[in-house]
Amino acid sequence: MKSSFAEFSARERLAALVDDGSFREWLPPSERVTSPHLAQLGVPAAFDDGVAIGRATLSGRAVFIAAQEGEFTGGGVGEVHGAKLVGLLRRALRDRPDAVVLLAESGGVRLHEANAGLIAVSEVMRALLDVRAAGIATVTLIGGANGCFGGMGIVARCADTVVMSDIARHAMSGPEVIESSAGAGEFDSRDRALVWRTTGGKHRWLSGDCDVLVDDEPAAFRAAAIASLDVHRPMTLAALQQESALLRRRTELAGGGADAFELWARLGVVGAREVPDLDADAVRTLRPASVAALANGSA
Amino acid sequence: MDWPTVATRLFGIDHAIVADGDFLGGSAILDGATIAIVGTTNHAAVGVDLALRQARAILATIADFPGRPLLLLVDTQGQKLRRRDELLGIHRAMAHLGGCLDLARRQGHPVIGLVYDQALSGGFITSGLMADACHAVPGAEIRVMRVPAMARVTKLPEELLEALSLTNPVFAPGVANYVAMGGVRSLWDGDLAAGLRAALDDRDTADRRSEEGAQRGGRRVAADVIRRVLEA
Repeated sequence: MKSSFAEFSARERLAALVDDGSFREWLPPSERVTSPHLAQLGVPAAFDDGVAIGRATLSGRAVFIAAQEGEFTGGGVGEVHGAKLVGLLRRALRDRPDAVVLLAESGGVRLHEANAGLIAVSEVMRALLDVRAAGIATVTLIGGANGCFGGMGIVARCADTVVMSDIARHAMSGPEVIESSAGAGEFDSRDRALVWRTTGGKHRWLSGDCDVLVDDEPAAFRAAAIASLDVHRPMTLAALQQESALLRRRTELAGGGADAFELWARLGVVGAREVPDLDADAVRTLRPASVAALANGSA
Repeated sequence: MDWPTVATRLFGIDHAIVADGDFLGGSAILDGATIAIVGTTNHAAVGVDLALRQARAILATIADFPGRPLLLLVDTQGQKLRRRDELLGIHRAMAHLGGCLDLARRQGHPVIGLVYDQALSGGFITSGLMADACHAVPGAEIRVMRVPAMARVTKLPEELLEALSLTNPVFAPGVANYVAMGGVRSLWDGDLAAGLRAALDDRDTADRRSEEGAQRGGRRVAADVIRRVLEA
C-alpha cells in the first residue's frame, strides 16, 4: 500500500526513515523539556517542543537525526526547539556520526517567542555550517505538509544535500505573508497551482535549488537519505564563487519576471507547460545540465 | 542613525564607503588597518539581488584581501516580500550569503556586525547574526515582525501581543532585549571606534550567544538544553 510521507507526523517520518527500531531519543517527551514562553499566551506546550532529536542507524551507518513537527506551532523554532537542534549539531561535531539528517518542517521563527526564536535559528545555522565544514554529511529532507519556510528555509539550504518530494514546498516567506503585504495581484495564496510552481519540489528541482527529487513516499526518502550519506560539498572559496556566478546568471536569465513557466523555459526545460501534470520520475529527466551545476548532481 | 554619520564616527571623514542603491560597500581605515565594509541602507528589503550583491563583495574580500576584517553595517526591514524572489530561491541566496560569511570567518577574517538602524528577521539572520558577534547602536530597532502581522499569523489577539511586547524580553522589540538574550554582544555608545576596536580585539569566534543569554538572564533555558543534549 502506498503511503504519503507528507501525511505522517514527524515521529512517524523519523521512524520510517531510519533502520527499524534504531532511534534513541535525547530529551524525549518523558523528560518534558517544554517552552517556558507559551503558557503566558495561553498556548499549550508540547513535551518535545515540536522536535524529536537523537541518534539512529541508516543502512547500518551512524546518523544523528532531528524531525520537526509541523502541527505544533507550525514547526516554529522557539528557544527550546532551537536549543535541541543546536545541541544535536554540537554533539555531532564532538561525536562525528557519518551524517546529520534533518527532517525539516517549519514556518521558521516561532513568533510566540519571536526574539529567542530568531537568535535560535541563527545559532542552528552556524552550528549546521560547523558540522558541514567538519566533513560530516548534512542532509535536509523536506517532505512535510507544512513545507519549510522562513529562517528554517535558509538553514535547510545550508546542508550538503536537500531532498524534496514533488508535493513539498521550500521557500522563505509563505504566500499568505506576501499576499498580505503586497496584495493578491503579487501572489494569490489561494491559487494552489501558482503556489506549487513557485515554491514546490518540481520547481526547486528544475531550477537547481534541491539536489534530489523523490516521490512522496517513505521508502523514496529513505533511499535518498542513504544515497546522501557520502555526499560532501565543501564550502571552499572556489565552490562559493561558482555558486555565486551560477545564482547570478540564473537571476539575470529571469529578468524581472516572476512566472515559473517562463523561467523554466529560459533555463532550457523542454515542455515547461506540461510540468505540473508530470510525476516526479518524469520531471527528474527534464532538468537541464546547466542547472544541475547548482545542485550536487546525485540524481 | 544614518550610515554616513556612523561611518564618520567610526572612521572620520576619509572613509571610502559608498552607497549604491540599498547596497553599502567599500573600505575604511581604523588605526592604520583597512576594514572591508559590506551592508545595506534605506531599511533595505533584502531580496535575491541584494543578497547576491553582498555575497559577491564578501567573496571578493576573501579572494583579494586575505584576513582583512569585515564590518557588516545592518539596516534592513527584512526579506523582500515578492513572488519573483521566492521563485528565484531567496532562501538559497540568503543561505549562500550566510555561507560566504561563514567562510570568511573560517579563513581568518574577523567578521563584525553592527546594527546601526533597523534589523528585522530574514535580512538579519544572514548578515549581523552570522558575524562572529553582532553589536548595535543604542537607538537601533531589532525585531522579528510587527505586532499586527504577528497577530495575524499566530491568530492570537493583538491586544495580548501589544501588552506583552511592552514587558516581555522574549517578545518585545528593542535592542536591550537582544543584548539580554545574547543576540547582540554589546552596544556601541559614544565612541563608536572604541567599540569596533574592542570587537576586533576579541579573537574568540565561537558562538557564545546561548551562554551570554543565560548569564545576562534574557534567555534562561537554551544553554541548559544544549548542555543536556550533549550529556544525554
